[in-house]
Amino acid sequence: MTGPPILAVRELVKNYGQVRAVRGISFDVPRNCCFGLLGPNGAGKTTTVEIIEGVTPATSGEVLYEGEKAGAAFRQDSGVQFQTAALQDFITVRETLEMFHRLYRRRADIDQVIADCALEKLQKRDNRKLSGGQRQRLLLAIAMVNDPKILFLDEPTTGMDPQARRNFWELVERIRARKKTIVLTTHYMEEAQALCDEIVIMNEGVIVTQGAPDTLLKAHYKEIILELPEADLEKLPEEFPFHTYRRNGLVEIHTDDANEAITRLSRAGAPLGRLNIRPFRLEDLFLDLTGKELRS
Amino acid sequence: MIQRILAILHARNLEFLRDKATLGWNVAMPLLLVAGMAAIFSGGDRASYKVALMQAEQEINTAAHPYLQTRYFDFIAMDQEEAIERVANHQLDLALDLHAGTYWINPESPGGYFAERLLEASSEEGAWQRQPASGDPITYVDWLIPGILGMNIMFSCLFGVGYVVVRYRKNGFLKRLKATPLRPVEFMSAQILSRLLLAIFVTLLLYAATRLLLDVRMEGSGLALFLVAVLASISLVSIGLAMAARVTSEELAGGLLNLVTWPMMLLSGVWFSLAGAPQWVQQLSNIFPLTHALTAAREIMLYGAGFADVLPQLLILTGITAAFLTVGATMFRWRGA
Repeated sequence: MTGPPILAVRELVKNYGQVRAVRGISFDVPRNCCFGLLGPNGAGKTTTVEIIEGVTPATSGEVLYEGEKAGAAFRQDSGVQFQTAALQDFITVRETLEMFHRLYRRRADIDQVIADCALEKLQKRDNRKLSGGQRQRLLLAIAMVNDPKILFLDEPTTGMDPQARRNFWELVERIRARKKTIVLTTHYMEEAQALCDEIVIMNEGVIVTQGAPDTLLKAHYKEIILELPEADLEKLPEEFPFHTYRRNGLVEIHTDDANEAITRLSRAGAPLGRLNIRPFRLEDLFLDLTGKELRS
Repeated sequence: MIQRILAILHARNLEFLRDKATLGWNVAMPLLLVAGMAAIFSGGDRASYKVALMQAEQEINTAAHPYLQTRYFDFIAMDQEEAIERVANHQLDLALDLHAGTYWINPESPGGYFAERLLEASSEEGAWQRQPASGDPITYVDWLIPGILGMNIMFSCLFGVGYVVVRYRKNGFLKRLKATPLRPVEFMSAQILSRLLLAIFVTLLLYAATRLLLDVRMEGSGLALFLVAVLASISLVSIGLAMAARVTSEELAGGLLNLVTWPMMLLSGVWFSLAGAPQWVQQLSNIFPLTHALTAAREIMLYGAGFADVLPQLLILTGITAAFLTVGATMFRWRGA
């Protein structure tokens, strides 16, 4: 992640009628990294990434690729995997890849792309007969037919089972190892934490924080979390000077002195057999910064 | 650019050719239509009477002669050369020049025989000079086949392209293409070429079937007729693309395409001649590409016209194509609003 950014977003604004979906955001995407764009539903992340990809026009602001306004060169050099994209019926996987392959001057070895995306056995299969995970691998392969310098992945693992998701992550890791820049949009904080070198968290059209996940977590949290099932701790001990939250059937205790908190719980007679101690995760930061209410 | 057009063209052709139901329908339906017509029209011809009046003004003054008040006769104003040619081909039963006191009739025409007897009955003896106009009869089916070929091209080009583009837009395939270096004009060119190949293939098949089954008349240049079919197809695809340039709903697309196809089917002379229709209807029909395509096709097939004769129609079809391609390319959106 050295040198000038491969992509720079400057004062980007997008209005849909009276609704301001994106409110003048700016950020840089360093080269050769996995860059995560995170945010709850309606945060403006999909709009932002589609403006960068060139499929949605901005109301104002600009996107610079390699220091120049993103245009024809950007289209040749970029690969895009949309969350959902229909493909032509009655066409096989290989024929689909060959069609997209021929749209670019810059081209990858198509057999290598097929191998990378584990599509060897599916080459002759009709697009309509692919499972969800196979389809996502094909969409990723399409995004790679031009050997892109920058790859956009929009919610790539939505709807996948855990095994398919893990396989997909390994695939993304292999792509990143080839010094590609990846821009990942995702709802899954676990995914962002596993894959991203740097993240932007958006909320209501603005950026609420940006940086490396570990750096952000260290900057925001000096504490760790003790978790107990609510059933094991119906009532808190008296004189318990720690922040506690009840979420999803668990009591979370935020503390910078785990020994003291455990001692007080033990003295109060709380059963500690199911006590879990963990550091703050990206998901905690995400929820703290964007709120916990349900978004439409 | 060519490479990208060919990539989209190849994929679209594969998609269409492997969709057996759609392919079957596109080929079988017109062939069934021709077979049905063969069964219906193999036995006889029309039984109505048409008489041309050689005069400049379109209005027919029925008071000018008792014959013009004969019921169930259509009297049509026409210039002399065209009227005589049509009498010779049995398309008119009789041609009448009131001022010169002359009429033209094909002695082999059954309709001409009755039209002549009624003319004699309504006139004084020796009032008319009789002129023969001989030639092979042009049957209704001869006249109708260019209309059927044109109608098939119209439906194939308008609906085949319009619906596909709207479907691609609605399901997000166009959005995916927008993220590539493909330009709208390249995408549109591929769609035009793909549909052109299909329309011409089916038209050739139909033409061969009509020649085989109905022995349809073909007097002129086959190459000129081929060029008419190509230009008609491209102009109609262009209209389909312009109609589908922004639409995201198949229902709306269907409505818009029907708005174009039904007036064309009724007013472009597919099923019947507009020769006896009011002047404003004839002028209105000139806005449709199918009118010019059918005029040119009939001139070639029925009257032996060559390239030079149908050049005006070819130029009009080219102009319509250019206009609608410009509109379509300007209005085209990869995504809906």
